[in-house]
This record gives sequence, structure tokens and C-alpha cells, in this order.
Amino acid sequence: MKLPGFLMLVAGWGIVLAALALLRSAPQRSAFVLAGLGVEAVGLILVVRSHMLPRGARR
Amino acid sequence: MTPASALSEPALALCLLCIVLVPFAAAGLALINTGLGRSRSAAHSMLASLCAMAVAAVVYFVCGFAWEGFAGRPAHSILVAGKAWNWIAAEPLFFRGLLLDGSPASLAALLQLFAVGLAAMLPLGSGADRWRLGASCASAALLAGFTYPLFAHWVWGGGWLAQLGVNYGLGRGFVDAGGASSIQALGGLTALSIAWILGPRRGKYALGGMLAAIPGHNAVLVLMGCLLAWVGWLGLNSAGAILFGGVESGQTVLIAVNTTLAAAGAGLAAAAITRARFGKPDASLCANGWVCGLVAISAACAFVEPAEALVVGLAAGSLSTFAVELFEARLAVDDPGGVVSVHAVGGLWGILAAGLFAKSIAGSASGQWLAQLVGIATLLGFVLPLTYGLNWLLNRYYPQRVAREGERQGMDLHELGAGAYPEFITHSEDPSLPS
Repeated sequence: MKLPGFLMLVAGWGIVLAALALLRSAPQRSAFVLAGLGVEAVGLILVVRSHMLPRGARR
Repeated sequence: MTPASALSEPALALCLLCIVLVPFAAAGLALINTGLGRSRSAAHSMLASLCAMAVAAVVYFVCGFAWEGFAGRPAHSILVAGKAWNWIAAEPLFFRGLLLDGSPASLAALLQLFAVGLAAMLPLGSGADRWRLGASCASAALLAGFTYPLFAHWVWGGGWLAQLGVNYGLGRGFVDAGGASSIQALGGLTALSIAWILGPRRGKYALGGMLAAIPGHNAVLVLMGCLLAWVGWLGLNSAGAILFGGVESGQTVLIAVNTTLAAAGAGLAAAAITRARFGKPDASLCANGWVCGLVAISAACAFVEPAEALVVGLAAGSLSTFAVELFEARLAVDDPGGVVSVHAVGGLWGILAAGLFAKSIAGSASGQWLAQLVGIATLLGFVLPLTYGLNWLLNRYYPQRVAREGERQGMDLHELGAGAYPEFITHSEDPSLPS
């Protein structure tokens, strides 16, 4: 889950950049920037979960 | 943002004075990290801070400034859909081509020598008690040589984030006068990467998911560090706002008032929350709250009213208090110094707050808000994967975590050969103690 999580973080950033470069109207651009941030949030959750200790594990 | 093009003599003197205050912030953070760690790693922690600052300064001198540059100086741009995206500076290595004569570019280079060290020492707080000295220096070199200059160029060097206003009409572009993003959030996200790569300290998470409290060894160092950090932040925010935000030198009064009010609000919020939840104020969480206030106000220090700075601080203090618990107890991130909660979370909040409150800088409020969101997306979508990847690669070829025996013995004895407090019995695992 770690790699997909990081890939989603990068993909979310890509959506944000694409929204800036390709969209002209402010509402569309805002919506796609927020969508990119949403994708990043999902990626962050995956990365965080992949780093949590398995239940019952100890260090 | 509109950087300074030229400074008058008094402005130059004031800016220089502010810049030389910045090392106090580094001293404060070093004391905080040391006090929140174990006593058997105290000398190691202070030495690692010094080494991180030194390595970062040298690497930044060698190649960092060449990638970061300053607005209006040579840079590489790419054309995207008809707009020029300035993505990296094109300066020569070793500060060649930069006259150290008091020009804004030379003052920025001096400020960055300190600022990059500040960012490089932040991860030491999350890797405390288990991060090898050599590995921490190598990680600092990666940060100072690549991650920091690249992102700082985008924010402060006339890069594409700074140009969002000119290119796309998003307010004045991404705004961060004092380094909430380029220093604090970047350092905090690197600290998160380091905490993940190193894993928690032995004994922190016991079998069955029970969390072991490992309290800091010296609350006096921590609180003294807060006071020093306050002084350093006054200089950092003022110098940053003059050089990168293009504000008049007279505005330093407003910046000092805002910085102080944000720290005060954050410290008091943390004290009130811990008092309400635990019956007594918690010294380490109050210290974290105080620094989180300083971090959060950095972005908008010159662009908000004092009352708004107080609100930013109150929110920052509350956020940091809950974030420490979230990361430690729920997400199993062992971060002894609370760096992720204070600098990453606080920095991101500060960037958002600049978009929310800083009305005076925005052409249109929604545009400025969007520019700040793009900055946050860049930190999460570019800086975090980059810094994690670089440190993961480093860990593959140069293991970052100390051996099990070293962690049990303490970093001082294991890596330095002598403890910070040789005259005192400081912990029960001291080999000289009778069993």
C-alpha cells in the first residue's frame, strides 16, 4: 500500500498542475484543485496506514 | 510575492540585524529537541544539531543557492500552455556571480544559509534516540542540496508558485513571508519521513498495542528553547518579509507584534487544553504549542491584523496539542520532539491561514486562497514523496537507525563515547549501576 499511496500523492499534485495549466474558468479550476487535494488525501491515508505497526506487533 | 529590489541604508541595517537573530531560532529548536529526548542521548542531540547546521550551510554554499537563486536573477523556465513556468535557478556553484555587497540577493543568500540549517535540523527531533549521526548528516546534505533549494526557489526565488498571481490571476501568487512552507512544513514533512523510515523507539509500542510514555528528560531546556526560538523567529519573519515579501522596513513592528501574539495565543491555548484534559498544564505540550504559534504565523506575519494573528495562534496551539496525540497514539508515529505536529501541521495551517486572513495582499480573496491550496498540494504531492524517496534510498545504502545495542546503551555512549551528564546517574540502565 506504500507505493500506491505515494503514487496517489503525486497523481493528486498532477491534477492540481493540470487544472492550473489547462482550465481557464475560476470555478472549474477551483474544483479540480480541490479534487487533486482529495486524491492526495486518499494517498496520504494509504501511506499512513502502510506505516502503522501490524496489530499485535511490538518494537 | 514581490521581493525587494533595493534597500535603503537603514533598511539594510535593520534587515542584517534581523538575519543575525535567526541562529537563536536554531539554538532554541536544538534545546527543545534535546530536552524532549532521553538524557542518555542529550549530547548526541546537540552535536547532531550543530552538524546538521554545518553540513546544510556548506552544501547550500556549494550547490543549494545555485538551484534556489533569487527573483530576477538567471533561471530556467518551461512553457506550459503559453505560460512560462520558472522551475529552477541557473546560478553558478559556490556563490560565484553573487556579490556579497548588501544587495537583496546577497542578504537572501545569508538568510538562507541559516534557514536551510533550521530546516535540516527539524528531523532530528523525530529521529531522536535512534538516528545515527553520520546518517543524519547525509540526510541534511540531501535536504540542503536538493529538496530545500528547489521548493524555496518556487516560493522565494521567483518560481512558478510565486508567479501564480501573474500567470493565473491567483491573488499575489503563493505567499509565505517567513518560511511556514519552505522551512517549517518542508522540514516537518522530512521529519515525518524519517520517523517512518527509522520506526519507533524500542519499547515505545508494547505487545497488545499499549503505548509506553517516554517523557523528555529536561523541561527547563525545552522551555528555555521556546524563549530563544521566539527571539529567532522575530528576526526570521522580519527579514523574510522584507526580502521576499517586499514589505517596508517599518512593518517590522507589525511583524513583531503579530509573531508575539501568535506564540502567546498558541502557548495559552495549549496550556488551557492540557489543563482541561489532564487537570494540570503540560510543559512539553505548552512548549510545542508556543513553537507551533511561531510556525503558523510565519506565512502571513506581515499581512494580517494583530487580532487575526492571535486567532491564528490560538488555532495553532489547539491543533498541535491534538496532533501530538493523534500521531503518537493513533498513527504510531514515534516523534519525540513533536516536530511533525508542530512544524508540518503548524506550517500547513499557517499557509492556509495566510489565504484565509491576509486580505490586504490579495487581488481577489478566492484567488489567494487557491494559490495557498496549490502550495499545500505541492508540499504533500511533491515534497513528501521526494524527501521520503531520497531518505529511503539513503537508508538502503547507509542504514540510518542505530544498532539495538546502541539504542539500549544510549546514543551518547554508543556514538560519542561519553555522556552529557557524566557526574550524575541519569537512568536505570547505566552499566555502572549495581543490579
